[in-house]
Amino acid sequence: MAIETRVTDDGDTLVICIEGRFDFSTHQAFRDAYEQGNAGVTRYRIDLADATYLDSSALGMLLLLRDYAGGDSARISIENCNRDVRRILSISNFEQLFAIQ
Amino acid sequence: MSLPPLRILIAEDSTSDRSILRRMLIRLGHEVIEAADGVAAVAAFQETTPDIVLLDALMPRMDGMEAARRMRALAGERLVPLIFLTSLTDAADLARCLDAGGDDFLTKPYNRVIIDAKLNAFRRMQRMHDTLSEQRDLIHARNQQLVDEQAVAKQVFDNVAHSGCLDAPNIHYHASPQSIFNGDVLFATPRPDGGLVVFLGDFTGHGLPAAIGAMPVAEIFYGMAGKGFGGAEILREMNQKLCRILPTGRFCCGAMIEVDFKAGQVRAWNGGLPDGWVLGGGRTPQPIRSRFLPLGILPADRFDGEMEALRVRPGDQVLLMTDGVLDCVDDAGNVFGEAGVREALADKEGPPFERLLAAASGFSADAASSDDLTLFALDVTDDAGWTRGLADTVGPSALTGPLDWRCEYELQGQSLADFNPLPLLLHLCLEVPGLRPSSGEIYTLLSEMYNNALEHGILGLPSHWKRNPDGFGHYYAERQRRLQSVGNHRVRFALQHEGTAQGGRLRIACEDSGEGFDVAAVLGSLSDDGRVSEPAYAGRGLLLLKRLTTDLSFHQNGNRVEIVYDWKHT
Repeated sequence: MAIETRVTDDGDTLVICIEGRFDFSTHQAFRDAYEQGNAGVTRYRIDLADATYLDSSALGMLLLLRDYAGGDSARISIENCNRDVRRILSISNFEQLFAIQ
Repeated sequence: MSLPPLRILIAEDSTSDRSILRRMLIRLGHEVIEAADGVAAVAAFQETTPDIVLLDALMPRMDGMEAARRMRALAGERLVPLIFLTSLTDAADLARCLDAGGDDFLTKPYNRVIIDAKLNAFRRMQRMHDTLSEQRDLIHARNQQLVDEQAVAKQVFDNVAHSGCLDAPNIHYHASPQSIFNGDVLFATPRPDGGLVVFLGDFTGHGLPAAIGAMPVAEIFYGMAGKGFGGAEILREMNQKLCRILPTGRFCCGAMIEVDFKAGQVRAWNGGLPDGWVLGGGRTPQPIRSRFLPLGILPADRFDGEMEALRVRPGDQVLLMTDGVLDCVDDAGNVFGEAGVREALADKEGPPFERLLAAASGFSADAASSDDLTLFALDVTDDAGWTRGLADTVGPSALTGPLDWRCEYELQGQSLADFNPLPLLLHLCLEVPGLRPSSGEIYTLLSEMYNNALEHGILGLPSHWKRNPDGFGHYYAERQRRLQSVGNHRVRFALQHEGTAQGGRLRIACEDSGEGFDVAAVLGSLSDDGRVSEPAYAGRGLLLLKRLTTDLSFHQNGNRVEIVYDWKHT
């Protein structure tokens, strides 16, 4: 499991890439990734291209990020999910809270 | 800082060597015990429990190697450094001393500075060992305490988490036996009208944090279901409670089904659990899909507890499961998944519950005991009678309610869409002393009258829609749609009770602001021995009212219905 972050050139989007299993072991690293204080960040992009698995504690972490980023006004997109990950997100109906692409 | 003196045992057969060493150690401030051979050394070790032992490798009666072995055994968990005294200089011989269980060696002639340094080094090691042992014992004690407490908590949790009428003959469930809490809960209880309501939930995470949310959810479920609240209302209340008490990021995936055996109807809600299924009669399995966010995420004003209506027939089975069923993994790392469930259900042999459980267990060696796996099935029967014995779980109240009273209650406009008046009205009636055992019948009277007034009288929904499965779904979708623009309509109840010698007489009148209906036509189809010419989905409610009451009458244009219900003390 590894998490990498970068800020887009325009400076307003924080991209968080997650590799491997996105589960409870990722908790601290995921939190650090968005709490590291990138001033000017108003959008978040969670890139799951290399995530193989996602469990319910990861869903919880996404909710924590959503809260951190302003709750209902948060602008978070979740991208490049594989089929299994996509299935878990849609069973939980997270498309009602996040932009899932 | 001067360190406390050590008690040191010297085992050495040479008197002169022994006394040189003794003097040196005493000058360093230590206490010395002496032994002249291996046997005496082991005896002294046992008797005086020294902190450190200095022993010669070659001694009469028992050599140093053997003495070291016995001292090790005697010391048990205590760390007592054994230091060999030797004049040997050959590396292999020195190594042999350590292999025999020694911790270090001192070569002759002795050097005071080296000895002092070595003793101090061992003293540090000893202190570390003591600290570790103490901490280990402490952790062990604390852990034991935690395990004991959890065992008690788990007992409470199990009483709460798998409760209600789960032992009813038409309910089957498998909940993985766990040494410690999982986050799954399963509740089932009869409704006052003879139906059944079931909730299966899966809290995120494991252990105590996952289990704790179960308590309030169980309270809400049983409290509200027993009073006649509908599934949507119970869900809304649970969601609000969980939103308030669970931290962000914790939630409860869940599904609720409400079964009306008489109407052959299941109403279902799924927020975050895998698809549930309605199976039977050679029909294509109907999924109960997750269409909502789990409980505990959305604030009350955005929560949607709308349940979808599904037709069921006697002999059908309704299945619900938590994701533990899908997550079963075989030896090769393959996941059971939705495909596994579909395959197991497609097979026609035997009841679906057993088929699916067998398939999941066969797939993965430890499926049956895996972390959080709950599988639930309900057989749809044509006889709601089985719930009767289970229903009367509420003990009689110590307070005596009123016997002779009358009240009117009117629900207006948008409140018709947002509020269910039945629990409130039922509660009023059940305050009458002795009337509680009839709660099922009274709930049925109230709900049939109210639904007739609302669905037919005000919303103008034709009951013949419910005759086929498509129309059935359409009926409930349309009901929901029309309720949103119900306008300035109203439903008025007038309730009156008076005591009689054997029991009492309850009169209920229900009046709606709709256009009414052709009373003669409907009453005509009801008269004679209560038989209706067409099968059962239309006029069924009126038939039921007629059978339960002493008198049923229609007034005005049919938009006022009055019943008289006589009851006797049992």
